[in-house]
Amino acid sequence: MADKDKITNNAEEEQQYSLNDDRRVKVLSPGAMVAKRFFRNRMAMVGLIVLIIMFLFSFVGGLVTPYGENQLFYRIDLMQKEYAAAIENTEYRFIKTEGDEFSSIVQAKTQLAINQEAETFEYGGVGYQLNKEGEELYTVALKDGTVIGAAYKMIFSTVDSSVKLDFDTQLAGLRAYANGENGFSASGADYTIDEDGSVNTKDGEPFGYISKYVVQAFMGDVFLTRDFKEAVVEQIDAGADSFVYTGEDGEEHEYGLSFDPDTNKWTIKQETETRVYDKYSPPSKKHWLGTDKNGMDMLTRLMYGGRVSLLIGFIVEFIATFIGIILGGISGYFGGWIDNIIMRIVDIFYCIPSLPIVIILGAAMDHDKVDPKIRMIYLMLILGILGWPGIARMVRGQILSLREQEFMTATEACGLSVSKRIFKHLIPNVIPQLIVSVTMGLGGTILTESSLSFLGLGVRFPFASWGNIINDVNDTYVLQNFWFIWIPAGVLLLLTVLAFNIVGDGLRDAFDPKMKR
Amino acid sequence: MSTLKFIVKRLLQSILILFFVMLIIYVLMRCLPSSFIETLAQQKANQPNSKSYEEWMEQLSKSYGYSPENTFGNVFGGFFTWIGNALRGNFGDSWYYTKPVTQVFSETIGISFIMGAISLVLEVIISIPLGIIAARKQYSVTDYTISVIAIACMSLPTFFLIALLKLVFSINLGWFDLIGQVGRNYDQLSSFGKFLDRAHHLVLPIVTLVLISIGSWMRYVRTNMLEVLNADYIRTARAKGLSEHKVIYKHAFRNTLIPLVTFIGGSLPGLFSGALFTETMFSIKGIGYASYYSMVAGDIPFTMFYLAFLAILTLLGNLIADILYAVVDPRVRIS
Repeated sequence: MADKDKITNNAEEEQQYSLNDDRRVKVLSPGAMVAKRFFRNRMAMVGLIVLIIMFLFSFVGGLVTPYGENQLFYRIDLMQKEYAAAIENTEYRFIKTEGDEFSSIVQAKTQLAINQEAETFEYGGVGYQLNKEGEELYTVALKDGTVIGAAYKMIFSTVDSSVKLDFDTQLAGLRAYANGENGFSASGADYTIDEDGSVNTKDGEPFGYISKYVVQAFMGDVFLTRDFKEAVVEQIDAGADSFVYTGEDGEEHEYGLSFDPDTNKWTIKQETETRVYDKYSPPSKKHWLGTDKNGMDMLTRLMYGGRVSLLIGFIVEFIATFIGIILGGISGYFGGWIDNIIMRIVDIFYCIPSLPIVIILGAAMDHDKVDPKIRMIYLMLILGILGWPGIARMVRGQILSLREQEFMTATEACGLSVSKRIFKHLIPNVIPQLIVSVTMGLGGTILTESSLSFLGLGVRFPFASWGNIINDVNDTYVLQNFWFIWIPAGVLLLLTVLAFNIVGDGLRDAFDPKMKR
Repeated sequence: MSTLKFIVKRLLQSILILFFVMLIIYVLMRCLPSSFIETLAQQKANQPNSKSYEEWMEQLSKSYGYSPENTFGNVFGGFFTWIGNALRGNFGDSWYYTKPVTQVFSETIGISFIMGAISLVLEVIISIPLGIIAARKQYSVTDYTISVIAIACMSLPTFFLIALLKLVFSINLGWFDLIGQVGRNYDQLSSFGKFLDRAHHLVLPIVTLVLISIGSWMRYVRTNMLEVLNADYIRTARAKGLSEHKVIYKHAFRNTLIPLVTFIGGSLPGLFSGALFTETMFSIKGIGYASYYSMVAGDIPFTMFYLAFLAILTLLGNLIADILYAVVDPRVRIS
């Protein structure tokens, strides 16, 4: 191969010899002849170009792409989230004045008395008086007329939730509302009240409101404004399914209302913008091949996947060739019982069904939850160890025939050491066949690796590989609707394997024109 | 006599190889952590109010006849027990399918064989004419087209091909079901209708099988045909003034049959090995399908049986090819 350098045109030398007859016919070294024959083969050239493109795509592409291998993308989606709940109050609630006379047992008795429409009731030897103050509003008093508490269904809430209503104000407000009055005064202050139940101070400032609905926020940290609550109540009364409400901050949201008869509860759902993984988004300017199921850029994944697939192919072939050359070389050179033993080992390895073995090992690694990175190393080792026998057999066959040739007798006569004879004189002569079989083997290895990754037993998730990218196709929905998820990876895989096979063919023809197909 | 001696010698050699192959596989299976029993014990122990993992392990090991410790004696003792039983035709019960291994085998092998046989016939029928045409018109456009198609078929990842076929024929054209062996209304069909329904569901799998292996067949036919066409006796035949048709089909083709018959003979045992990808992706319950799920589950009895079966098929294929080579071509002397 070193002779190649000589033919690189040295202009001066060329001129010097240009008139010489035997220089007019260009003499090419064997290496140059091989290269010439190879470059003349159009199909092989196409294959070579495809391979170069694949390498650039995988190894340079990863550097050029603006995205990372595992970079996630998000999109904003409108989602209805539970926001608040409204319950119509159907139970009596109780308040009491200062003092403990209105205990919970008395409250229960009060409830009973209301149901029985009784005006007095007794508990623990004490008599109580029940006064109806209005629709669904009662006060409870002792026999001497001291009011100890009240029972009500309408709820009086204040605008400023930090203000605690005292008993008198609450009772007065509820009474005024129940009786349809438009004002009341309690605890030294005057209030107005309208038919909707809004309570204002006499200066016209909103103070509170009375309603039979309780509106509570779903999340603890959300504060519902009075205005919103009123809007909700209004919509419930109107029987609406959804409504639009503009909050104090000027943001307009759409709300959905749904009633659940089991719990007697209205649920208010707010339509909010939520960040979700941008999965299966179709090809766009930002993502040329869309995004995959994890919301990662498909084109970038393909680049890194190609890197993994090609690297695994090369490393596996390297391991297989390394073992194959050493064992095949030893076997062919020494012959005899060494040859016999090594060849029987080769026979045994030939007979081991490799795909099932790799599947079993892959499943075992699954079970052990091996780290994806270490898993990849194991995978390469396994495939390499299962792949060497073919190369060993070929090397041995070549060496057996080369051994008998005269140049080997010459090396022996020169007294060269055995290792030098094998690795310096025999192996280089096997290299042409070796290159061909490695090139063809690369295609096969990439296929095996992708098949395993497809089954989920090879390269695993954080790492991409063309095989595990196609894996998504097992989902019929993806098969049907998202061509960009699996077709590009499949085409890349097919092209790469095809190119390796064609280049291998071309190399074989170039090395040995007599053997031409 | 020498042929018989050769066969006997090869058989003995094969048996020895088989022994070591099975030994390696058995040791591998035993030493792997994906033990079926351990997984089962874990599942059972995780159920509420259950015994502990260790207790389950002990009980299950006993009932499955398998000791979890991988001591030297356990593994090798287990292997010789397995071989002893296997020689008597007793392969035990499949753990995953909870049926005797041989029963699972006989239930699944039929469909795999039918698929393999039909696709082999189709491959031979299609590839021989194409290979001959390519060889006759070497370096023509036809030749290049056929060669590229052949290499493309060889380079096709099976799973990708299946996905493409499904997309085109099942989804876009709607001609076939996506998966399965029988249609939805299978039970209401007449017996002939049932047959047609089954055949209909085998079309895509068989197309897959044919496409992935036809490439190597075409190349093989073409290479051998080229070799023969370059031989001297073909030149003689042409010089004699024979018609091209006669040269090709009487003189050349008959001689390419020698390697071809060898090749076909060698691939006959492979008909029984099942097609793992095709069967799992079309969910056809053949031997490839059955073996895949048992392998993933760590079902030692069935996997051992299947791998032994595969190894025997490989050895048998080589043996048949060698013998046929000698039988078909009288020039070859067996040594």
